[in-house]
Amino acid sequence: MKRALLYGALAAVGLLMVWPFLWMLSTAFKDYASASTPSLSIWPGMLHWQNFPDTFHAAPFGRYFFNSFLVAGTVSLSVVLTSLMAGYAFARLRFPGRGLLFAAVLGSMMVPFEAIFVPNFVLISRLGWYDSYAALIVPWCANAFSIFLMRQAFLSLPADFYDAARIDGCGHLRFLFRIGAPLVRPMVITVALLAFLGSYNALLWPLVVTADGSMRVVQVGLTAFNTDAGVRINLLMCASTIVILPTVILYFAAQRYFVESALGAGIKA
Amino acid sequence: MAERESGTAGIVDGAAVLPDRILGLLDNLLERFPRRFGDMPVAVVLTLPALLVLGFFSFWPMINSFVLSLYGGKRGAGAFVGLGNYLEAMHSGEFWKSLTVTVYYVLGTIPPMLLFSFLIALALHRIGRARSFFRTLYFLPYVTSVVAAAMVWRTLFNPHGGVFNLLLAWGGGAPQQWLLEPRGVLHLITGGVVDPSVGPSLALCCIMLFDIWHGCGFMVVVFLAGLSSIPREIEESARIDGAGGLRTTWHITLPLLSPTVFFLAVVGVVRAFQAFNSFYALTQGGGNTQDTRNLILFIYSQFYDYGYWGYATAASTLLTLAIVALTALQWRFVGRRVHYS
Repeated sequence: MKRALLYGALAAVGLLMVWPFLWMLSTAFKDYASASTPSLSIWPGMLHWQNFPDTFHAAPFGRYFFNSFLVAGTVSLSVVLTSLMAGYAFARLRFPGRGLLFAAVLGSMMVPFEAIFVPNFVLISRLGWYDSYAALIVPWCANAFSIFLMRQAFLSLPADFYDAARIDGCGHLRFLFRIGAPLVRPMVITVALLAFLGSYNALLWPLVVTADGSMRVVQVGLTAFNTDAGVRINLLMCASTIVILPTVILYFAAQRYFVESALGAGIKA
Repeated sequence: MAERESGTAGIVDGAAVLPDRILGLLDNLLERFPRRFGDMPVAVVLTLPALLVLGFFSFWPMINSFVLSLYGGKRGAGAFVGLGNYLEAMHSGEFWKSLTVTVYYVLGTIPPMLLFSFLIALALHRIGRARSFFRTLYFLPYVTSVVAAAMVWRTLFNPHGGVFNLLLAWGGGAPQQWLLEPRGVLHLITGGVVDPSVGPSLALCCIMLFDIWHGCGFMVVVFLAGLSSIPREIEESARIDGAGGLRTTWHITLPLLSPTVFFLAVVGVVRAFQAFNSFYALTQGGGNTQDTRNLILFIYSQFYDYGYWGYATAASTLLTLAIVALTALQWRFVGRRVHYS
């Protein structure tokens, strides 16, 4: 009895959590008339697939997606590379100033990006990068938190691995990329996911460094779509659905890493 | 990088492929340096990319932010005004209003989220099967884009044809303006007794509700990890001693979980101070009215709409100081005492 109550309550809350998404999905398939009538129902009735091509006609979402995937993909790859390298150096190498440098890296985590976007914008425009891929990508190619995570991963590897490879005549770079990286693969995936999601879902920076044209990413495009497309609710929900879809697919494909990345991200503010 | 995870020897011996050759060449090159340099040459090569990016886009902006904040005028073209921008912010009603909005938002989101997530996590912890299924559901909003989810909630909050007014109508209530309502929620609840300018506006409360929905999955996951790190025997022995479920939770579970609670509180507050996406997306460009313009939006509009770089960076510096103080608190009190794995 008590158990049934517990399950009931959890199911009710669970429904509340996903209901907006289900409502979004069903509205995305409705025609304009039925989408404009308020309803709690998550059953769309007739499936209007035409909404999807209509959405892509109403705004250049194809271009937005291309930009978002290009930016998020490059950022993700770069973050993995830079944090693998720096994390390994901070964990395994001995060099003067290591402690101080690492402390400085950690210190940079304390200052939130929201507080330094103005000087970053100034720098970007002085470099002549305004409204370019470079502006969207380069500032995000390394971050302190990923370095921290990667260092932790390398610290937890037994030192024997390196010694054994060393005897085989393996240098640091070869060891890092051929042996070390595969050994810390779970962390590589976590870091890549965090970077990809952070970049794909970002709004403030793309808003600041891109103009209205071809450099827009999906999140900016979606906020603008709301006004561009007037009040066509079904198309707006359609656009939201396609923006959310890639992350949801990623989420169900790599759930374990999402939870881990959340726990990891918790260490950061 | 996607190599076999099996032993080390196979990879080193068998991989005579091109990337491996290049890495080997680089390694040989780095070993040409005199022995007295030690790991230094490798360390420089490995840390340089990251340090360059951090240097240019984290450290330099921190310094430049402060420098910019000392200049007046538009787009950095004004004269040196010293701390003038800071004084202006201190005397600006708009600045204080945005700070008030931020504080309302922090108080209106973090405590309810903590309580709600804790209860959910407790319930999830009690049930055996289906735990991961429910966790998946609760965590789903957190991974989705704030902007896209906000578009859905905007539609639900729409005064004309939105679902929230539909629900109100069923309950016999008068329709509300929701996100477009600048009047205080206390004013609306008390039927006009309280002044409309007191307390958070209904619009701000709608934003809070959205962010509670969007963010509590994160706290549930962290709480759940904390709960599963508590040894079962402790709770069981309390039960055997005759403590009821509620008393066990209050006297045993909660104190053991206190580092997690405190940690989530600090992290939550710091994040809430930085909230931008939900405000921007829910209110279309964020805060046409002051009642939904938080600190970040205030900075953003001073920068983006008016071009007051100095003024915007002065406000940013004040925000940074607040956040650094909060983060320092976090490291001081919680630091590495909290382990999740």
